[in-house]
Amino acid sequence: MPAVKDSMRGLAVFISDIRNCKSKEAEEKRINKELANIRSKFKGDKALDGYQKKKYVCKLLFIFLLGNDIDFGHMEAVNLLNSNKYTEKQIGYLFISVLISENNELMRLVQQNLKNDLASRNPVHVNLALECIANIGSKEMAEMFAPEIPKLLVMGDAGDTVKQSAALCLLKLFRTAPEMVPIGDWTSRVIHLLNDQHMGVVTAAVSLIEALVKRNPDDFKGCVSLSISRLARIVTSSYTDLQDYTYYFVPAPWLSVKLLRLLQNYPPPEDTTVRNRLAECLETILNKAVEPPKSKKVQHSNAKNAVLFEAISLIIHMDSDPSLLVRACSQLGQFLSNRETNLRYLALESMCLLATSEFSHDAVKRHQETVVTALKSERDVSVRQRAVDLLYAMCDRSNAEEIVGEMLTYLETADYSIRGELVLKIAILAEKYASDYTWYVDTILNLIRLAGDFVSEEVWYRAYAAKTVFEALEAPACHENMVKVGGYILGEFGNLIAGDARSSPSTQFQLLHGKFHLCSPPTRALLLSAYIKLVNLFPEIREDIIAVLESDANLRNSNVEIQQRASEYLSLARNSTQDVLATVLEEMPPFPERESSILAQLRKKKPAVEDAIRVRARKAAAEAGRQLRPHLPLAVARGVKLQGDIAGAESNTDSDLLGLDFGGSAPAAAAGGGGAGGGSVDLLSSILDVGVSSSSSSSAAPSAASGASAQRKTVVVGAGASGSIVGEENWHKFVCKNSGVLYENDILQVGVKCDYQQSSGRIVVYYGNKTPAPLAQFASVINLPDSSLTNQLGIQVKPVGDRVGASEQVNESSEMDSATFFQHWKQLSQPEQECQKIFQAKFPMDAETTKTKILGFGFSLLSNIDSNPANFVGAGIVQTKSGNIGSLFRLEPNQQAQMYRLTVHSIKPGVSKRLCELLETQI
Amino acid sequence: MIHFMLLFSRQGKLRLQKWYISQTDKAKKKITRDLVTLILARKPKMCSFLEWKELKIVYKRYASLYFCCAIEQQDNELLCLEVIHRYVELLDKYFGSVCELDIIFNFEKAYFMLDEFILGGEVQETSKKNVLKAIAAQDLLQEDNNEPKSVLEDLGLANIASALSS
Repeated sequence: MPAVKDSMRGLAVFISDIRNCKSKEAEEKRINKELANIRSKFKGDKALDGYQKKKYVCKLLFIFLLGNDIDFGHMEAVNLLNSNKYTEKQIGYLFISVLISENNELMRLVQQNLKNDLASRNPVHVNLALECIANIGSKEMAEMFAPEIPKLLVMGDAGDTVKQSAALCLLKLFRTAPEMVPIGDWTSRVIHLLNDQHMGVVTAAVSLIEALVKRNPDDFKGCVSLSISRLARIVTSSYTDLQDYTYYFVPAPWLSVKLLRLLQNYPPPEDTTVRNRLAECLETILNKAVEPPKSKKVQHSNAKNAVLFEAISLIIHMDSDPSLLVRACSQLGQFLSNRETNLRYLALESMCLLATSEFSHDAVKRHQETVVTALKSERDVSVRQRAVDLLYAMCDRSNAEEIVGEMLTYLETADYSIRGELVLKIAILAEKYASDYTWYVDTILNLIRLAGDFVSEEVWYRAYAAKTVFEALEAPACHENMVKVGGYILGEFGNLIAGDARSSPSTQFQLLHGKFHLCSPPTRALLLSAYIKLVNLFPEIREDIIAVLESDANLRNSNVEIQQRASEYLSLARNSTQDVLATVLEEMPPFPERESSILAQLRKKKPAVEDAIRVRARKAAAEAGRQLRPHLPLAVARGVKLQGDIAGAESNTDSDLLGLDFGGSAPAAAAGGGGAGGGSVDLLSSILDVGVSSSSSSSAAPSAASGASAQRKTVVVGAGASGSIVGEENWHKFVCKNSGVLYENDILQVGVKCDYQQSSGRIVVYYGNKTPAPLAQFASVINLPDSSLTNQLGIQVKPVGDRVGASEQVNESSEMDSATFFQHWKQLSQPEQECQKIFQAKFPMDAETTKTKILGFGFSLLSNIDSNPANFVGAGIVQTKSGNIGSLFRLEPNQQAQMYRLTVHSIKPGVSKRLCELLETQI
Repeated sequence: MIHFMLLFSRQGKLRLQKWYISQTDKAKKKITRDLVTLILARKPKMCSFLEWKELKIVYKRYASLYFCCAIEQQDNELLCLEVIHRYVELLDKYFGSVCELDIIFNFEKAYFMLDEFILGGEVQETSKKNVLKAIAAQDLLQEDNNEPKSVLEDLGLANIASALSS
């Protein structure tokens, strides 16, 4: 062990101890003992010498690297930086690079030391500083050092190693904060480093130059010809010329690759001489690829091929020289059957790019068979993945059927990890190059058979061919996605095949319904939509379908979606004329952007979940200009949550098809409520006044369970108009949050969920039946305080007056900086605009909780504005129909007295007072 | 550029970690755990390159140690394999037939050497001679230390020199 000079014996012993530990516990114990030891040494009175400090810091570092947390010793490490002994400094910098986070308070001290070392006349100290800056590379460091480092880079007398480190250090700072790196004299000089005699300097500088070029290619145009001449010198040199920069008989592979990379930032050179020179370089590299290898070592071939692959990237990037492109392609073709897995992988990857060039597309296609073989025989899934990519890239009209066929075959055995993507690729190719429908439909159906789980909705709803799908459904077992396709297609186009006795309307319906009980709720819901579509297509099977819809399994299904669809389709089927049905259930239009969405999905690999039928149906409903009424499901639910929507008229696009009011019953009241509600609904203030009175007759309610004699007893749940059960504190909590339980007893739970947009709001009241028995004759009535608009069934919206009672919702928070804040604060300091209260805290004074409450209230919290960080300062806007009211607040907690002082400034008199009162109740 | 480099043993113990993009400690631990599991599960003849999130992973095994680098999409995988190899060569030359224990006991040297070779995620100096010269110069700068350094020799070490010649 001759080279290892600097052993710290104590460190080595400690490491051996750790290695000898038999168990995790023993190791932990040993570490804790050491930590205690180091802590006492650092705290002790005896001054430690540099060596000891270094040793302990090194031990801490070791402990940290084992995966433990270190919470002391940072100061000692920073002290080491002051040492004039190199190794102590070095360990100090290592500890800092590994362990001190960017925003540690010691960073200032570190930066001072860095500054001193950068200015040192000793180049090894300068280098240490540069390496440390490069390792940490924080924004603050960029600010402090970025202006200094260019000098080191282009100064004539700086040593080569300093130049190297300076180049990469600057690069790191440039990546952290490009704006901190000044443009100046040095930028024009930096490209001349490409001519530097020292290969190491060039190697480091090219990386920096490439980053600078990316920011501003025009400023560095000169580097193109300089790089090409440097590259030419390298590729034509013999391997002895470059001495130690030759790597396994390959001259300067790292520098060559970096230069080839740099050139990929520019178009092919305009100057013919330069362009020819580059072409010669690239040809030389291609020629070398076919020469017999100078060594059998894998390092030789790797380095040589690394340069080759980079050259091919450049050829593809320039995309201008057909002969080079074709040569590149044949070279890659050879790699496709190379012994080395790595080469096969890379060849497949590069060929993907070649396939996109018009010059080489055909050349790539010649390798189709080899690629297919790779798909079948490669043992590594990542290589097979590349083969799929390449097949996808080389596919065009001429070979689509073959390639898609191969992909489908592969799909049968493909790894789960790549199935999803494979399915998408097949779907795209099938769609893009479909020459006839039979082929297309067969392909899509095969996809679903082979990998139903991976076929997203995007794929399936595109498939349409009623007949084929009908046949597919006849199979005894079929995937659920097949049922979806079938339901959708037959619902839309079933009439096209109804003429055939083998697929008569009722057969179609029976076939679909035969699968119904096997399907998941979303598919069942979809099938219900298909059935109602069939009612429109084939009036003769209407009764069959009505029977299904009104069966308990659907009408009383525990799934809300199914229940809703069943009940409303039922009334649609029963009560509507053929004209209404035809309008609402009209055939879907063709999907316009057929390709884009699948492609986008492939790009994002994120499946869309839009249920096309429902969207379409909603749109149709809106277009038909039907009267929309928020819906309330029939009160026959069995232990489920019933749901009532309060929606203003403006929200009709959100309303469901199911909300269509065909019966014409009491539309006036509903419309009146909605219409008068207009755009501004003071919902939260009305919720106070909502008397939730639900009368429920329950034949199985405990109190009424006196036999089967159907004795009925009315249990009044909830409050009357007085709202007495829903107590004050219960509604108060909705000041700071938007959902929660409003009322609860043994029988019923009433929940509220609100959302607000500008001055409108929407409140949904949920009723949960807590008993095991169904609640019958359930009705929900909303009583408004001055209610003249009471409707038995419906839910009304109270039109708001001019009163600014809506101030409970401060629902748009504002962001502003300190200056703006105080400017507004002063503007609003008229006596009637200001309201100040001092009060006892009602809850524990926890800053986090208070914060959540304020944010829930709708105020934004502005930090760094108040000089006392314990204070809360913020702003918000109360939005009402009559205008927006800006408000500012400041809340000063006093922990000792458990008191708060709250000050609110607001544009409108009265608002401040109301806001103050409300907030007071919350904190 | 290289985003990070990890050295870990066949048992999954991390021996060296170098992060060229700043990460939180938590993220570092998660990345390390994920990659160690991923790579240890791979079979010997498999491809040395992996797609991983937005990055490419290049790894190679030398005796009991795995060397693993994360590079960007446009970076050259083959050359990254040789970055790893050159680093192994540097360690080997410095320690004289390097083995995992050398890296454990002299972890700080392994870091210093890496800083001379790669800085800020980019190759700084590819010449073996120049890097070793720089390290030798550092060693010369330190005060004489008379402590014996026989600890390693006591520990009958398997070396990875044979792996280097493959």
